[in-house]
Amino acid sequence: MTALKALLRRPTGVFGVAVVVGLVVFSLVSLVWTPFDPTATNPDQGWLLPFSGGHLLGTDRLGHDQFSQLLAGAREALLTAVLAMVIAAVVGIALALAATVTPRWIGATVVQLIDILIAFPVLLLAMILAAVYGGSTTTAVVAIGIGFGVNVARVARGEINAVRGTDYVLAAQACGANTGRIIRKHLLPNIAPTLIVQLSLTMALAVLAEAALTYLGYGTNPNTPSWGGMLAEQQAYLSARPLLVIWPGLAVVLTVLGLNLLGDALRVATDPRLRDAR
Amino acid sequence: MSLLEITDLTVLFGQKLVVDGVSFALGQGERLGMIGESGSGKSLTALAAIGLLPEEASVTGSVKLDGHELLGESDRALAKIRGERIAMVFQEPLTALNPLMRIGKQLAEPLRLHRGLSSKAARAMAIELANRVGLPDPDRIVRAYPHQLSGGQRQRVGIAIALACEPLVLIADEPTTALDVTVQAEILALLRDLVDQQGASLLFITHDLAVLASVVSRLVVLAEGKLVEETDIAALGHGEHDPHTSALVRAARAAAFPELGGTDA
Repeated sequence: MTALKALLRRPTGVFGVAVVVGLVVFSLVSLVWTPFDPTATNPDQGWLLPFSGGHLLGTDRLGHDQFSQLLAGAREALLTAVLAMVIAAVVGIALALAATVTPRWIGATVVQLIDILIAFPVLLLAMILAAVYGGSTTTAVVAIGIGFGVNVARVARGEINAVRGTDYVLAAQACGANTGRIIRKHLLPNIAPTLIVQLSLTMALAVLAEAALTYLGYGTNPNTPSWGGMLAEQQAYLSARPLLVIWPGLAVVLTVLGLNLLGDALRVATDPRLRDAR
Repeated sequence: MSLLEITDLTVLFGQKLVVDGVSFALGQGERLGMIGESGSGKSLTALAAIGLLPEEASVTGSVKLDGHELLGESDRALAKIRGERIAMVFQEPLTALNPLMRIGKQLAEPLRLHRGLSSKAARAMAIELANRVGLPDPDRIVRAYPHQLSGGQRQRVGIAIALACEPLVLIADEPTTALDVTVQAEILALLRDLVDQQGASLLFITHDLAVLASVVSRLVVLAEGKLVEETDIAALGHGEHDPHTSALVRAARAAAFPELGGTDA
Protein backbone atom coordinates (compact mmCIF):
# COMPACT_ATOMS: atom_id res chain seq x y z
CA MET A 1 0.00 0.00 0.00
CA THR A 2 1.37 3.40 -0.89
CA ALA A 3 1.66 6.24 1.60
CA LEU A 4 -0.93 8.33 -0.28
CA LYS A 5 -3.53 5.55 -0.23
CA ALA A 6 -2.92 5.02 3.47
CA LEU A 7 -3.30 8.75 4.04
CA LEU A 8 -6.63 8.99 2.24
CA ARG A 9 -8.03 5.95 4.02
CA ARG A 10 -8.12 7.87 7.30
CA PRO A 11 -10.88 10.45 7.94
CA THR A 12 -8.33 12.71 9.64
CA GLY A 13 -6.07 12.44 6.60
CA VAL A 14 -8.93 13.28 4.24
CA PHE A 15 -9.89 16.28 6.35
CA GLY A 16 -6.28 17.48 6.54
CA VAL A 17 -5.75 17.11 2.82
CA ALA A 18 -9.06 18.91 2.16
CA VAL A 19 -8.01 21.85 4.34
CA VAL A 20 -4.65 22.16 2.64
CA VAL A 21 -6.17 21.82 -0.83
CA GLY A 22 -8.82 24.38 0.14
CA LEU A 23 -6.17 26.79 1.37
CA VAL A 24 -4.18 26.43 -1.84
CA VAL A 25 -7.26 26.80 -4.06
CA PHE A 26 -8.50 29.88 -2.17
CA SER A 27 -5.04 31.43 -2.41
CA LEU A 28 -4.73 30.79 -6.12
CA VAL A 29 -8.26 31.97 -6.86
CA SER A 30 -7.69 35.15 -4.86
CA LEU A 31 -4.72 35.97 -7.08
CA VAL A 32 -6.90 36.23 -10.18
CA TRP A 33 -10.39 36.85 -8.85
CA THR A 34 -12.20 38.07 -5.76
CA PRO A 35 -15.85 39.23 -5.78
CA PHE A 36 -14.72 42.73 -4.74
CA ASP A 37 -11.31 44.37 -4.36
CA PRO A 38 -10.40 43.16 -0.86
CA THR A 39 -8.57 46.39 -0.02
CA ALA A 40 -11.09 48.86 -1.50
CA THR A 41 -12.82 50.95 1.17
CA ASN A 42 -16.34 52.18 0.62
CA PRO A 43 -17.85 53.71 3.80
CA ASP A 44 -21.25 54.08 2.07
CA GLN A 45 -21.39 50.29 1.93
CA GLY A 46 -20.25 49.75 5.53
CA TRP A 47 -21.79 47.34 8.07
CA LEU A 48 -23.69 45.39 5.41
CA LEU A 49 -25.15 42.10 6.57
CA PRO A 50 -24.35 38.83 4.81
CA PHE A 51 -26.08 38.32 1.44
CA SER A 52 -26.78 42.01 0.99
CA GLY A 53 -25.56 44.12 -1.88
CA GLY A 54 -23.80 41.12 -3.38
CA HIS A 55 -21.57 40.76 -0.32
CA LEU A 56 -21.64 37.08 0.58
CA LEU A 57 -20.36 37.60 4.13
CA GLY A 58 -21.24 41.27 4.42
CA THR A 59 -18.88 44.21 4.91
CA ASP A 60 -17.09 45.85 7.84
CA ARG A 61 -17.09 49.48 9.04
CA LEU A 62 -15.06 50.66 6.03
CA GLY A 63 -17.05 48.64 3.51
CA HIS A 64 -14.38 45.95 2.96
CA ASP A 65 -15.99 42.88 1.42
CA GLN A 66 -15.41 40.19 4.05
CA PHE A 67 -15.48 37.23 1.68
CA SER A 68 -12.85 38.84 -0.57
CA GLN A 69 -10.70 39.61 2.45
CA LEU A 70 -11.05 36.04 3.67
CA LEU A 71 -9.94 34.69 0.28
CA ALA A 72 -6.99 37.04 0.07
CA GLY A 73 -6.10 36.30 3.69
CA ALA A 74 -5.72 32.61 2.83
CA ARG A 75 -2.73 33.64 0.70
CA GLU A 76 -1.05 35.23 3.68
CA ALA A 77 -1.82 32.25 5.92
CA LEU A 78 -0.51 29.72 3.40
CA LEU A 79 2.65 31.73 2.76
CA THR A 80 3.28 32.08 6.47
CA ALA A 81 2.65 28.40 7.16
CA VAL A 82 4.86 27.08 4.38
CA LEU A 83 7.77 29.52 4.77
CA ALA A 84 7.83 29.29 8.56
CA MET A 85 7.75 25.49 8.30
CA VAL A 86 10.65 25.45 5.82
CA ILE A 87 12.73 27.77 8.02
CA ALA A 88 11.85 25.75 11.12
CA ALA A 89 12.78 22.50 9.35
CA VAL A 90 16.16 23.83 8.19
CA VAL A 91 16.98 25.43 11.55
CA GLY A 92 15.68 22.44 13.51
CA ILE A 93 17.43 19.69 11.54
CA ALA A 94 20.69 21.63 11.28
CA LEU A 95 20.79 22.33 15.03
CA ALA A 96 19.77 18.76 15.89
CA LEU A 97 22.52 17.30 13.70
CA ALA A 98 25.06 19.77 15.05
CA ALA A 99 24.11 18.65 18.55
CA THR A 100 24.40 14.92 17.85
CA VAL A 101 26.77 13.76 15.12
CA THR A 102 29.55 16.28 15.77
CA PRO A 103 32.43 15.90 18.28
CA ARG A 104 31.17 16.03 21.82
CA TRP A 105 32.29 19.55 22.79
CA ILE A 106 30.53 21.09 19.78
CA GLY A 107 27.42 19.04 20.49
CA ALA A 108 27.32 20.12 24.13
CA THR A 109 27.63 23.79 23.13
CA VAL A 110 24.81 23.46 20.60
CA VAL A 111 22.58 21.75 23.17
CA GLN A 112 23.07 24.68 25.53
CA LEU A 113 22.33 27.12 22.71
CA ILE A 114 19.09 25.26 21.99
CA ASP A 115 18.11 25.36 25.67
CA ILE A 116 18.71 29.11 25.85
CA LEU A 117 16.76 29.81 22.66
CA ILE A 118 13.86 27.62 23.80
CA ALA A 119 13.47 29.76 26.92
CA PHE A 120 12.82 32.71 24.62
CA PRO A 121 9.12 33.18 23.71
CA VAL A 122 8.48 33.09 19.97
CA LEU A 123 6.16 36.10 20.01
CA LEU A 124 8.70 38.14 21.97
CA LEU A 125 11.41 37.24 19.46
CA ALA A 126 9.06 38.30 16.65
CA MET A 127 8.29 41.62 18.37
CA ILE A 128 12.00 42.35 18.90
CA LEU A 129 12.76 41.59 15.26
CA ALA A 130 9.78 43.74 14.24
CA ALA A 131 11.08 46.59 16.42
CA VAL A 132 14.51 46.37 14.77
CA TYR A 133 13.58 45.63 11.15
CA GLY A 134 10.02 46.98 11.04
CA GLY A 135 6.89 44.84 11.21
CA SER A 136 6.16 42.85 8.08
CA THR A 137 5.09 39.38 7.04
CA THR A 138 8.74 38.56 6.32
CA THR A 139 9.99 39.50 9.79
CA ALA A 140 7.11 37.64 11.38
CA VAL A 141 7.75 34.52 9.29
CA VAL A 142 11.49 34.53 9.97
CA ALA A 143 10.95 35.00 13.70
CA ILE A 144 8.27 32.30 13.84
CA GLY A 145 10.43 29.94 11.76
CA ILE A 146 13.49 30.36 13.98
CA GLY A 147 11.48 30.34 17.20
CA PHE A 148 9.65 27.10 16.41
CA GLY A 149 12.74 25.68 14.66
CA VAL A 150 14.45 25.52 18.05
CA ASN A 151 11.59 23.44 19.40
CA VAL A 152 11.87 21.16 16.39
CA ALA A 153 15.62 20.91 17.08
CA ARG A 154 15.08 19.71 20.62
CA VAL A 155 12.63 17.00 19.60
CA ALA A 156 14.76 15.98 16.61
CA ARG A 157 17.87 15.80 18.78
CA GLY A 158 16.25 13.33 21.15
CA GLU A 159 14.97 11.26 18.23
CA ILE A 160 18.35 11.24 16.46
CA ASN A 161 20.06 10.10 19.63
CA ALA A 162 17.55 7.27 19.98
CA VAL A 163 18.03 6.16 16.37
CA ARG A 164 21.81 6.48 16.63
CA GLY A 165 21.78 3.94 19.44
CA THR A 166 19.87 1.32 17.43
CA ASP A 167 21.34 -1.91 16.12
CA TYR A 168 20.56 -1.04 12.52
CA VAL A 169 22.75 2.03 12.64
CA LEU A 170 25.52 -0.05 14.19
CA ALA A 171 24.92 -2.68 11.50
CA ALA A 172 25.10 -0.02 8.78
CA GLN A 173 28.39 1.20 10.19
CA ALA A 174 29.62 -2.37 10.32
CA CYS A 175 29.04 -2.69 6.60
CA GLY A 176 30.96 0.45 5.85
CA ALA A 177 28.48 3.36 5.74
CA ASN A 178 30.05 6.72 6.63
CA THR A 179 28.41 9.42 8.74
CA GLY A 180 26.87 11.24 5.76
CA ARG A 181 25.21 8.09 4.51
CA ILE A 182 24.02 7.13 8.00
CA ILE A 183 22.36 10.55 8.27
CA ARG A 184 20.68 10.33 4.87
CA LYS A 185 19.63 6.68 4.84
CA HIS A 186 18.97 5.94 8.49
CA LEU A 187 18.74 8.95 10.80
CA LEU A 188 16.59 11.32 8.72
CA PRO A 189 14.11 8.73 7.37
CA ASN A 190 13.59 7.26 10.83
CA ILE A 191 13.00 10.58 12.55
CA ALA A 192 10.77 11.73 9.65
CA PRO A 193 7.48 10.55 11.22
CA THR A 194 8.13 12.57 14.37
CA LEU A 195 9.47 15.46 12.34
CA ILE A 196 6.35 15.52 10.15
CA VAL A 197 4.12 15.83 13.20
CA GLN A 198 6.34 18.56 14.64
CA LEU A 199 6.47 20.49 11.38
CA SER A 200 2.74 20.28 10.73
CA LEU A 201 2.22 21.55 14.26
CA THR A 202 4.70 24.31 13.44
CA MET A 203 2.64 25.25 10.36
CA ALA A 204 -0.50 25.44 12.47
CA LEU A 205 1.23 27.45 15.20
CA ALA A 206 2.74 29.74 12.56
CA VAL A 207 -0.71 30.59 11.19
CA LEU A 208 -1.84 31.28 14.74
CA ALA A 209 1.28 33.30 15.64
CA GLU A 210 1.09 35.34 12.46
CA ALA A 211 -2.54 36.17 13.18
CA ALA A 212 -1.59 37.12 16.74
CA LEU A 213 1.33 39.30 15.61
CA THR A 214 -0.80 41.03 13.00
CA TYR A 215 -3.50 41.52 15.62
CA LEU A 216 -0.87 43.11 17.87
CA GLY A 217 0.36 45.27 15.02
CA TYR A 218 3.76 43.60 14.56
CA GLY A 219 2.97 41.40 11.61
CA THR A 220 1.43 41.88 8.22
CA ASN A 221 0.85 45.43 7.04
CA PRO A 222 -2.79 46.46 7.81
CA ASN A 223 -3.31 47.25 4.12
CA THR A 224 -2.61 43.64 3.17
CA PRO A 225 -5.65 41.49 3.84
CA SER A 226 -4.94 38.82 6.47
CA TRP A 227 -7.01 36.86 8.97
CA GLY A 228 -5.12 38.34 11.91
CA GLY A 229 -5.64 41.81 10.52
CA MET A 230 -9.37 41.16 10.11
CA LEU A 231 -9.61 40.02 13.73
CA ALA A 232 -7.69 43.09 14.92
CA GLU A 233 -9.99 45.36 12.92
CA GLN A 234 -13.22 43.66 13.97
CA GLN A 235 -12.62 43.04 17.68
CA ALA A 236 -13.59 46.59 18.66
CA TYR A 237 -17.12 45.91 17.35
CA LEU A 238 -17.40 42.41 18.74
CA SER A 239 -20.65 43.06 20.64
CA ALA A 240 -22.32 44.92 17.78
CA ARG A 241 -21.23 42.73 14.86
CA PRO A 242 -20.14 39.34 16.28
CA LEU A 243 -20.38 37.64 12.87
CA LEU A 244 -17.46 39.65 11.52
CA VAL A 245 -14.93 38.00 13.85
CA ILE A 246 -16.49 34.56 13.36
CA TRP A 247 -15.32 34.22 9.73
CA PRO A 248 -11.58 34.93 10.15
CA GLY A 249 -11.65 33.11 13.50
CA LEU A 250 -13.23 30.06 11.91
CA ALA A 251 -10.70 30.17 9.07
CA VAL A 252 -7.79 30.15 11.54
CA VAL A 253 -9.31 27.37 13.64
CA LEU A 254 -10.10 25.16 10.62
CA THR A 255 -6.64 25.66 9.16
CA VAL A 256 -4.88 24.89 12.43
CA LEU A 257 -7.05 21.83 13.04
CA GLY A 258 -6.61 20.60 9.46
CA LEU A 259 -2.82 20.95 9.56
CA ASN A 260 -2.62 19.13 12.89
CA LEU A 261 -4.76 16.23 11.71
CA LEU A 262 -2.84 16.06 8.45
CA GLY A 263 0.43 15.78 10.36
CA ASP A 264 -0.90 12.99 12.51
CA ALA A 265 -2.28 11.08 9.52
CA LEU A 266 1.00 11.58 7.63
CA ARG A 267 2.96 10.10 10.50
CA VAL A 268 0.96 6.89 10.24
CA ALA A 269 0.93 6.87 6.45
CA THR A 270 4.71 7.25 6.06
CA ASP A 271 5.60 4.43 8.45
CA PRO A 272 5.27 1.03 6.75
CA ARG A 273 4.85 -0.69 10.14
CA LEU A 274 1.93 1.52 11.15
CA ARG A 275 0.18 1.70 7.79
CA ASP A 276 -0.10 -2.09 7.50
CA ALA A 277 -1.84 -2.22 10.85
CA ARG A 278 -5.56 -1.70 10.57
CA MET B 1 50.24 -15.88 9.32
CA SER B 2 46.97 -15.33 11.08
CA LEU B 3 44.34 -13.17 9.47
CA LEU B 4 42.96 -11.43 12.54
CA GLU B 5 45.43 -10.94 15.34
CA ILE B 6 44.32 -9.33 18.58
CA THR B 7 47.12 -8.57 21.03
CA ASP B 8 46.77 -7.31 24.58
CA LEU B 9 43.44 -5.61 23.82
CA THR B 10 42.24 -3.46 26.71
CA VAL B 11 39.00 -1.45 26.80
CA LEU B 12 38.21 1.08 29.48
CA PHE B 13 34.95 2.92 30.08
CA GLY B 14 36.03 5.76 32.34
CA GLN B 15 37.74 3.96 35.20
CA LYS B 16 36.02 0.67 34.51
CA LEU B 17 38.10 -2.05 32.90
CA VAL B 18 35.78 -4.11 30.67
CA VAL B 19 38.27 -5.94 28.44
CA ASP B 20 41.57 -6.73 30.12
CA GLY B 21 44.56 -7.68 28.00
CA VAL B 22 42.84 -10.12 25.63
CA SER B 23 45.04 -11.76 22.99
CA PHE B 24 44.14 -14.36 20.38
CA ALA B 25 44.55 -15.03 16.70
CA LEU B 26 42.22 -16.22 13.96
CA GLY B 27 43.80 -18.10 11.07
CA GLN B 28 42.84 -18.07 7.39
CA GLY B 29 39.62 -20.05 6.91
CA GLU B 30 39.49 -20.90 10.59
CA ARG B 31 36.33 -20.95 12.72
CA LEU B 32 37.00 -19.81 16.25
CA GLY B 33 34.48 -19.66 19.07
CA MET B 34 34.43 -17.06 21.79
CA ILE B 35 32.39 -17.95 24.82
CA GLY B 36 31.64 -16.35 28.14
CA GLU B 37 28.81 -15.18 30.37
CA SER B 38 27.05 -11.91 29.61
CA GLY B 39 29.27 -9.07 30.76
CA SER B 40 32.45 -11.04 30.16
CA GLY B 41 33.53 -8.63 27.43
CA LYS B 42 32.84 -10.80 24.37
CA SER B 43 30.74 -8.31 22.44
CA LEU B 44 33.04 -5.42 23.31
CA THR B 45 36.03 -7.41 22.04
CA ALA B 46 34.14 -7.96 18.80
CA LEU B 47 33.17 -4.31 18.46
CA ALA B 48 36.78 -3.29 19.14
CA ALA B 49 37.92 -5.64 16.38
CA ILE B 50 35.69 -3.85 13.87
CA GLY B 51 36.37 -0.40 15.32
CA LEU B 52 32.82 0.32 16.46
CA LEU B 53 33.20 0.84 20.19
CA PRO B 54 31.31 3.87 21.54
CA GLU B 55 33.15 7.19 21.54
CA GLU B 56 33.63 7.17 25.31
CA ALA B 57 35.59 3.89 25.35
CA SER B 58 39.38 4.10 25.45
CA VAL B 59 41.11 1.22 23.70
CA THR B 60 44.74 0.08 23.85
CA GLY B 61 46.57 -2.89 22.40
CA SER B 62 46.56 -4.03 18.83
CA VAL B 63 44.03 -5.35 16.30
CA LYS B 64 45.67 -6.47 13.08
CA LEU B 65 43.63 -7.52 10.06
CA ASP B 66 45.76 -9.24 7.46
CA GLY B 67 48.86 -7.55 8.92
CA HIS B 68 47.27 -4.10 8.89
CA GLU B 69 46.77 -2.29 12.23
CA LEU B 70 43.16 -1.16 12.74
CA LEU B 71 43.37 0.53 16.13
CA GLY B 72 43.88 4.26 15.72
CA GLU B 73 42.80 4.20 12.06
CA SER B 74 40.64 7.11 10.89
CA ASP B 75 36.88 6.60 10.58
CA ARG B 76 37.16 7.09 6.85
CA ALA B 77 39.75 4.33 6.49
CA LEU B 78 37.76 2.01 8.75
CA ALA B 79 34.55 2.61 6.77
CA LYS B 80 36.38 1.31 3.66
CA ILE B 81 37.44 -1.86 5.48
CA ARG B 82 34.15 -2.60 7.26
CA GLY B 83 31.78 -4.67 5.18
CA GLU B 84 34.50 -5.19 2.59
CA ARG B 85 37.22 -7.09 4.52
CA ILE B 86 35.66 -7.60 7.95
CA ALA B 87 31.92 -7.83 8.60
CA MET B 88 29.55 -8.62 11.42
CA VAL B 89 26.26 -10.43 12.05
CA PHE B 90 24.30 -9.13 15.03
CA GLN B 91 22.35 -10.78 17.79
CA GLU B 92 18.94 -9.22 17.30
CA PRO B 93 17.61 -9.69 13.77
CA LEU B 94 14.52 -7.76 14.83
CA THR B 95 16.42 -4.54 15.41
CA ALA B 96 19.47 -4.89 13.14
CA LEU B 97 17.52 -3.94 10.00
CA ASN B 98 16.28 -0.43 9.22
CA PRO B 99 12.47 -0.70 9.62
CA LEU B 100 11.78 1.89 6.90
CA MET B 101 14.04 0.48 4.21
CA ARG B 102 13.02 -2.31 1.84
CA ILE B 103 14.97 -5.58 2.24
CA GLY B 104 16.45 -5.38 -1.26
CA LYS B 105 18.01 -1.99 -0.61
CA GLN B 106 19.54 -3.21 2.64
CA LEU B 107 20.88 -6.38 1.04
CA ALA B 108 22.66 -4.47 -1.69
CA GLU B 109 23.93 -1.66 0.57
CA PRO B 110 27.49 -3.04 1.11
CA LEU B 111 27.87 -3.68 -2.61
CA ARG B 112 26.75 -0.14 -3.43
CA LEU B 113 29.13 1.23 -0.81
CA HIS B 114 32.21 -0.78 -1.73
CA ARG B 115 31.71 -1.79 -5.35
CA GLY B 116 29.89 1.31 -6.57
CA LEU B 117 27.04 -0.74 -8.05
CA SER B 118 24.33 1.11 -9.98
CA SER B 119 20.85 0.90 -8.50
CA LYS B 120 19.76 -1.45 -11.28
CA ALA B 121 22.70 -3.80 -10.76
CA ALA B 122 22.12 -3.56 -7.02
CA ARG B 123 18.53 -4.74 -7.44
CA ALA B 124 19.66 -7.79 -9.39
CA MET B 125 22.36 -8.53 -6.80
CA ALA B 126 19.84 -8.22 -3.97
CA ILE B 127 17.75 -11.01 -5.51
CA GLU B 128 20.89 -13.09 -6.03
CA LEU B 129 21.91 -12.55 -2.38
CA ALA B 130 18.43 -13.43 -1.12
CA ASN B 131 18.71 -16.64 -3.14
CA ARG B 132 22.13 -17.42 -1.74
CA VAL B 133 20.88 -17.40 1.87
CA GLY B 134 17.82 -19.46 0.99
CA LEU B 135 15.13 -16.84 1.41
CA PRO B 136 11.85 -17.99 -0.16
CA ASP B 137 10.45 -16.08 -3.12
CA PRO B 138 13.38 -13.61 -3.48
CA ASP B 139 11.60 -11.41 -6.04
CA ARG B 140 8.89 -10.67 -3.51
CA ILE B 141 11.10 -10.52 -0.44
CA VAL B 142 13.41 -7.81 -1.78
CA ARG B 143 10.38 -5.51 -1.97
CA ALA B 144 9.22 -6.32 1.58
CA TYR B 145 9.91 -4.36 4.75
CA PRO B 146 11.67 -6.00 7.71
CA HIS B 147 8.51 -6.29 9.82
CA GLN B 148 6.96 -8.50 7.15
CA LEU B 149 9.66 -11.17 7.65
CA SER B 150 10.07 -13.78 10.38
CA GLY B 151 13.00 -13.68 12.80
CA GLY B 152 14.84 -16.45 10.98
CA GLN B 153 14.31 -14.77 7.60
CA ARG B 154 15.60 -11.50 9.00
CA GLN B 155 18.73 -13.19 10.32
CA ARG B 156 19.27 -14.70 6.87
CA VAL B 157 19.12 -11.16 5.52
CA GLY B 158 21.67 -10.08 8.15
CA ILE B 159 24.01 -12.88 7.09
CA ALA B 160 23.57 -12.05 3.41
CA ILE B 161 24.43 -8.39 4.10
CA ALA B 162 27.52 -9.31 6.11
CA LEU B 163 28.78 -11.73 3.46
CA ALA B 164 27.78 -9.64 0.41
CA CYS B 165 31.30 -8.38 -0.27
CA GLU B 166 32.93 -11.72 0.60
CA PRO B 167 34.90 -10.39 3.60
CA LEU B 168 38.05 -12.08 4.93
CA VAL B 169 36.68 -12.19 8.47
CA LEU B 170 33.12 -12.56 9.67
CA ILE B 171 32.24 -11.84 13.28
CA ALA B 172 28.96 -13.39 14.40
CA ASP B 173 27.82 -11.99 17.74
CA GLU B 174 25.29 -14.46 19.19
CA PRO B 175 23.53 -14.73 15.82
CA THR B 176 21.07 -17.40 16.97
CA THR B 177 20.37 -16.40 20.58
CA ALA B 178 17.18 -14.54 19.67
CA LEU B 179 15.80 -17.34 17.47
CA ASP B 180 13.65 -20.43 18.02
CA VAL B 181 15.63 -23.63 18.58
CA THR B 182 14.49 -25.15 15.28
CA VAL B 183 15.44 -22.04 13.36
CA GLN B 184 18.78 -21.88 15.22
CA ALA B 185 20.00 -25.10 13.62
CA GLU B 186 19.13 -23.88 10.12
CA ILE B 187 20.88 -20.55 10.63
CA LEU B 188 23.98 -22.25 12.05
CA ALA B 189 24.16 -24.61 9.07
CA LEU B 190 23.75 -21.71 6.66
CA LEU B 191 26.46 -19.70 8.37
CA ARG B 192 28.84 -22.67 8.33
CA ASP B 193 28.21 -23.45 4.67
CA LEU B 194 28.56 -19.89 3.42
CA VAL B 195 31.71 -19.18 5.43
CA ASP B 196 33.28 -22.38 4.05
CA GLN B 197 32.16 -21.60 0.49
CA GLN B 198 33.70 -18.15 0.60
CA GLY B 199 36.81 -19.27 2.47
CA ALA B 200 36.20 -16.64 5.13
CA SER B 201 37.38 -16.87 8.74
CA LEU B 202 34.68 -16.87 11.40
CA LEU B 203 34.75 -15.52 14.93
CA PHE B 204 31.64 -16.94 16.55
CA ILE B 205 30.54 -15.41 19.82
CA THR B 206 28.03 -17.08 22.13
CA HIS B 207 27.28 -17.95 25.73
CA ASP B 208 25.90 -21.33 24.73
CA LEU B 209 28.43 -24.15 24.47
CA ALA B 210 25.96 -26.46 22.73
CA VAL B 211 25.56 -23.99 19.86
CA LEU B 212 29.30 -23.46 19.64
CA ALA B 213 30.10 -27.16 19.38
CA SER B 214 28.28 -27.46 16.06
CA VAL B 215 30.18 -24.62 14.45
CA VAL B 216 33.77 -24.42 15.69
CA SER B 217 36.55 -26.76 16.73
CA ARG B 218 38.59 -24.34 18.83
CA LEU B 219 37.41 -21.75 21.34
CA VAL B 220 38.56 -19.05 23.71
CA VAL B 221 36.83 -18.51 27.05
CA LEU B 222 36.33 -15.01 28.44
CA ALA B 223 35.43 -14.13 32.02
CA GLU B 224 35.35 -10.72 33.64
CA GLY B 225 37.11 -9.17 30.67
CA LYS B 226 40.03 -11.61 30.70
CA LEU B 227 40.81 -14.49 28.38
CA VAL B 228 40.94 -17.40 30.81
CA GLU B 229 41.43 -20.34 28.50
CA GLU B 230 42.03 -21.34 24.90
CA THR B 231 41.18 -24.93 24.06
CA ASP B 232 39.90 -27.42 21.49
CA ILE B 233 36.25 -28.41 21.74
CA ALA B 234 37.32 -32.06 21.81
CA ALA B 235 39.42 -31.48 24.92
CA LEU B 236 36.53 -30.02 26.90
CA GLY B 237 35.18 -33.30 28.27
CA HIS B 238 38.34 -34.30 30.12
CA GLY B 239 41.56 -32.89 31.64
CA GLU B 240 42.17 -29.79 33.72
CA HIS B 241 40.20 -26.67 32.87
CA ASP B 242 39.69 -23.18 34.16
CA PRO B 243 36.75 -23.08 36.63
CA HIS B 244 34.82 -20.78 34.26
CA THR B 245 35.19 -23.30 31.44
CA SER B 246 34.09 -26.17 33.67
CA ALA B 247 31.04 -24.17 34.73
CA LEU B 248 30.08 -23.66 31.07
CA VAL B 249 30.49 -27.38 30.35
CA ARG B 250 28.30 -28.25 33.36
CA ALA B 251 25.67 -25.76 32.24
CA ALA B 252 25.61 -27.23 28.72
CA ARG B 253 25.28 -30.77 30.12
CA ALA B 254 22.50 -29.69 32.46
CA ALA B 255 20.61 -28.18 29.53
CA ALA B 256 21.06 -31.27 27.36
CA PHE B 257 20.45 -33.86 30.11
CA PRO B 258 18.43 -32.20 32.87
CA GLU B 259 18.06 -35.55 34.63
CA LEU B 260 21.79 -35.47 35.43
CA GLY B 261 21.32 -32.24 37.32
CA GLY B 262 24.46 -30.75 35.86
CA THR B 263 26.86 -32.96 37.84
CA ASP B 264 30.08 -34.24 36.28
CA ALA B 265 28.68 -37.65 35.40
